[in-house]
Amino acid sequence: MARAADAARRASDQRGWLLSLPALILLFLAASGPLIVVLIYSFLSPGQYGNVVWNFSLDGWRGILFSRDIFDDTLVLADAHLTIFWRSVWLSVMTTVITFAIGFPTAWFIATRPPAQRAMWLFLITIPFWTNLLIRTFAINEVIRNEGLLNSLLIWTGITERPIQIVYTDTAVLIGMAYVYLPLMVLPLFAAIDRFDLRLLEAGYDLYASRGQVLRRIILPIVKPGIVAGSILVFVPSLGAYVTPRVLGGGKNMMIGNFIELQFTQGRNWPLGAALSMMLLLIVMGALLIYVRAANRGTDPHG
Amino acid sequence: MAERGFDVARLPGFASIAIAAFLALYVPILTLVLYSFNAGNSVALWQGFSLHWYGDAWNNDAVKSAAVRSLVIATCASAIATTVATMAALGTTRRRAFRGQTLIYVAINQPLMVPEIVTAVALLIVFGIVKTWTGYQGLGYLILAHSAFCVPFAYLPIRARLEGMDLSLETAAADLYATPWQAFRRVTLPLLAPGIVAGAMLAFVISLDDVVITEFVKSGGQDTLPTYMLGQMRRAITPEVNAISTALLALTVLLLTAFFLLTRKRE
Repeated sequence: MARAADAARRASDQRGWLLSLPALILLFLAASGPLIVVLIYSFLSPGQYGNVVWNFSLDGWRGILFSRDIFDDTLVLADAHLTIFWRSVWLSVMTTVITFAIGFPTAWFIATRPPAQRAMWLFLITIPFWTNLLIRTFAINEVIRNEGLLNSLLIWTGITERPIQIVYTDTAVLIGMAYVYLPLMVLPLFAAIDRFDLRLLEAGYDLYASRGQVLRRIILPIVKPGIVAGSILVFVPSLGAYVTPRVLGGGKNMMIGNFIELQFTQGRNWPLGAALSMMLLLIVMGALLIYVRAANRGTDPHG
Repeated sequence: MAERGFDVARLPGFASIAIAAFLALYVPILTLVLYSFNAGNSVALWQGFSLHWYGDAWNNDAVKSAAVRSLVIATCASAIATTVATMAALGTTRRRAFRGQTLIYVAINQPLMVPEIVTAVALLIVFGIVKTWTGYQGLGYLILAHSAFCVPFAYLPIRARLEGMDLSLETAAADLYATPWQAFRRVTLPLLAPGIVAGAMLAFVISLDDVVITEFVKSGGQDTLPTYMLGQMRRAITPEVNAISTALLALTVLLLTAFFLLTRKRE
């Protein structure tokens, strides 16, 4: 009997694998497999007109931080690269902070609506979430352009005489990213607040806590998993952003994503582009690991 | 007890910030939609209502072929992604956890974790090699790439539906001498249908919206609507782009509304 049950189980496990196989093959062909090729390319030499030459070389990885001096072939710190990395990290952190500052009150507002209204407000957040990122970037561009809504309004009210230059600056990229990624912050925060037992607040107030104390000592610790989730969901795509900095940064204010593209186009340095991609992937995986650990701690009853 | 009229859930200033956030989210989108109906060729100056930018977009051959291409790719990709995702969902739910199951989860959700630009570069390299080897330049690469990143979006709603389903109905079918295939075809599949449709619609929307991967994978003359728009933004922007955006937006909202109606819990 036991052996028959064992065999049945094994057959069931096997069926589980077989059924998943087509998806796994598809994903290997067009998602995970190609990443291995990128890793290999990062250790090759650049070809003269793009592509690679099959010579082992660490120049791709070295090129992330250093560039060779044209005159005496010594390695010097590549300031231009560092500027781009710094801009990417700084803008991504700021985007996360801004979306949290706006997203937390918004999520709180939605979660404390009467149940009948809540679905409607949630739907209003979900529509921008699923709307094409390019369209949303284009929409915010319409507002902050020199001839856009904001500047027209400022000139019309006489606050300024000439339009304020926002597009093609870091500020524009920051506004754009905060705009397109706000729903990614609101949704996990809402999920966390929605589970929150409001009676805890009553208890806090009954014990003479001030609003500030209730917020700091009760609300924030309990919704922390949502804060971590939202921050990761915003930080990760911000760091790899390509469309928003391309449209609003105007080619000059590059972020890592655009810098990677550059290596495969005018830069003609595929190994550097491959190494940069791998670096970005490693950072993102690190962020996700932090998230998984924080999320696990959230479910730990002793945490 | 809290004193009367004291709302414990109210935090000062939160409601105003929330309303401002909703306005900030919608004013740009609504402005974009509004100017698609502008009679003049400015995206700043309102010169009366007109539909002529929609007409222009409709009669623009580049837009038309990009639209057709977008729809073909999205249809094929969502069909492929939904098929393999349905199978994978059947394989990974409602059975004893088996070795390697976590690996399958990670593999399926991998497109959600890897930055799009990295996947785009990876596919540029690999498909570049295949293109030189085989000489084939067709839409197949875009369909393959789109199918892959659509898999997790199709998988999640189908899995959610499966996990909420009652096993006893299939047991009953088996008790009544249905073959496993009959039980699947006549019991499981009809029950699963809303999840499959929901997954297919999400996959469709995701494919339709993709910019980055398409931009890197496409061969010459294979613009989809989003990459066409990205190209246009480099030049002087006319309300034609607004008209295309509005049309895409309308399609997205329509599909999303249908998705919500399908997945809404009936209580």
